[in-house]
Amino acid sequence: MPDTIPTDSVGLVTPQTQHFDQPLTLRSGRVLPSYDLVYETYGELNADHSNAILICHALSGSHHAAGYHSMDDDKPGWWDSCIGPGKPIDTREFFVVAVNNLGGCNGSSGPTSINPETGEVYGPDFPIVAVRDWVNSQARLADVLGIEQWAAVVGGSLGGMQVLRWSIQFPTRLRHAVVIASAPRLSAQNIAFNEVARQAIAKDPDFHDGHYLKHGTIPKAGLMQARMLGHLTYLSDDAMRQKFGRELKEGRLNYSFAPEFQVESYLHHQGEKFSNSFDANTYMLMTKALDYFDPAADYNNDLVACLAQTQCRFLVASFTTDWRFPPERSEEIVNALVHADKDVTYACIESESGHDAFLLPIPRYLAIFSAYMQRVAREVNV
Amino acid sequence: MNTALELRDDLKLLQQHIRPGSQILDLGCGDGTLLRYLQQHKNVRGYGLEIDPHKITACIANGVNVIEQNLDDGLDNFTDQSIDTVIMTQALQAVRRPDLLLEEMLRIGKEAIVTFPNFGYWRTRGYLMFKGRMPMSETLPYNWYDTPNIHLCTFRDFEILCRQRGIRILHKAVVDGQHKRHWAIRLWPSMLGEIAVYHISR
Repeated sequence: MPDTIPTDSVGLVTPQTQHFDQPLTLRSGRVLPSYDLVYETYGELNADHSNAILICHALSGSHHAAGYHSMDDDKPGWWDSCIGPGKPIDTREFFVVAVNNLGGCNGSSGPTSINPETGEVYGPDFPIVAVRDWVNSQARLADVLGIEQWAAVVGGSLGGMQVLRWSIQFPTRLRHAVVIASAPRLSAQNIAFNEVARQAIAKDPDFHDGHYLKHGTIPKAGLMQARMLGHLTYLSDDAMRQKFGRELKEGRLNYSFAPEFQVESYLHHQGEKFSNSFDANTYMLMTKALDYFDPAADYNNDLVACLAQTQCRFLVASFTTDWRFPPERSEEIVNALVHADKDVTYACIESESGHDAFLLPIPRYLAIFSAYMQRVAREVNV
Repeated sequence: MNTALELRDDLKLLQQHIRPGSQILDLGCGDGTLLRYLQQHKNVRGYGLEIDPHKITACIANGVNVIEQNLDDGLDNFTDQSIDTVIMTQALQAVRRPDLLLEEMLRIGKEAIVTFPNFGYWRTRGYLMFKGRMPMSETLPYNWYDTPNIHLCTFRDFEILCRQRGIRILHKAVVDGQHKRHWAIRLWPSMLGEIAVYHISR
């Protein structure tokens, strides 16, 4: 809880909701007849609407990317380290838009919303959305906000995939693409982790095939397991050794199956926290969107041909100990962009924090990110 | 940021070999000064490769495409003859296998430009001869044990390597430590020249 709002914070923010009546045809062929998108904005849109930045969130993110909703908040938005006055995405220069994706559980239409056709909660009947569906819905929000072209579309992890999709799908609607700790598609190992997480949820007796809300339950144990697994893949071996080592909670072995090592209670805590705040169907759906993402598939699996349509400039960044989306995956994107003769800058940042590094204020990361965004600001603000 | 850039004389010598609008790859591009100059004055497109974090940030601020990549890990990610001119200034002597890197430069590039310090410079020869120690100078300011320059060579060494590998030297320019040309250097470059700019191709 902040006693006072830090000077480099965007301060108190209020989410807004935009309702869309125009049906959205999804990649799956299903149609969302109408939907809501909840979003936050920081900074001011300039007169020619050229300074807008779109933030795309990852698996468990939301529209609340920076600042505080109230003085009682424990923590600021999920990317507060990078968005605010004087931060890489400097809100004195840019108008920042952060959207909760369709299928989410933070206000945009998703499994916990009411299906207007039945008057009941969607639950597992909410259509499985793909990354391109998110991008299409974000483009409609851009239309409403009067943003013809983003100065940059920015995201990490699954957010980076949305950025890539933007560059392919709407080549003229963004000047810059910032793709952080991401990949052109998931590996078999990534998909396998997602499936284990989904199975943990699906096999929870409280899941009721996704209709848990109707039954007045929540598949808490399953969601906890899914998050514990996910969370440990976001950390590196080094980071865990440093943070926990083999430290024991009570300083001695109890010869029981209850959590004894600090790392165990940490994972329990993370799982517990997450299972109280996140919707299980949303988790299932988001991991599916990750699994399905493969823009090169439409181009005979040729990523170069796929990225040949893009017209923006790229910043790609990766982190040395990220084994969920390792540097080699970012380098696939970079190499394809080079072969397609596109403008691209790439940095592989030394960090011990695994995949989570993209959320952390690592000095070199902030320096590169700031230098790049200042270049974007110079382009659009003069 | 539109101030005209001043280039070192060896870089000025180099830029005369760059065709306007061509595609460039700069190996060990430093803070991106050369690429930025070539973008502004020759309208080139291209990429710089660099591994120093501070220089990479400087490149980004300079508005050039920089890719974090170690030259010693190879250049497999660049396809054959995809670049008009591959440039490497003052880095040949610091890589693990200069010969293989030269071959790579001419696989990727139609032409290449290489600059490096001359270990056969008279002062260097004199330093070793009279002091009996590994030479240090303004151009070579390191101790033998901490120098990044692990493969120093003379102009003659380089030219022999080119001949052995079937590499053509299209043009050669030699300057002193202040990157200036001088009539005496033209008379006896292998002894009096400190830095050379070689324009090469297959």
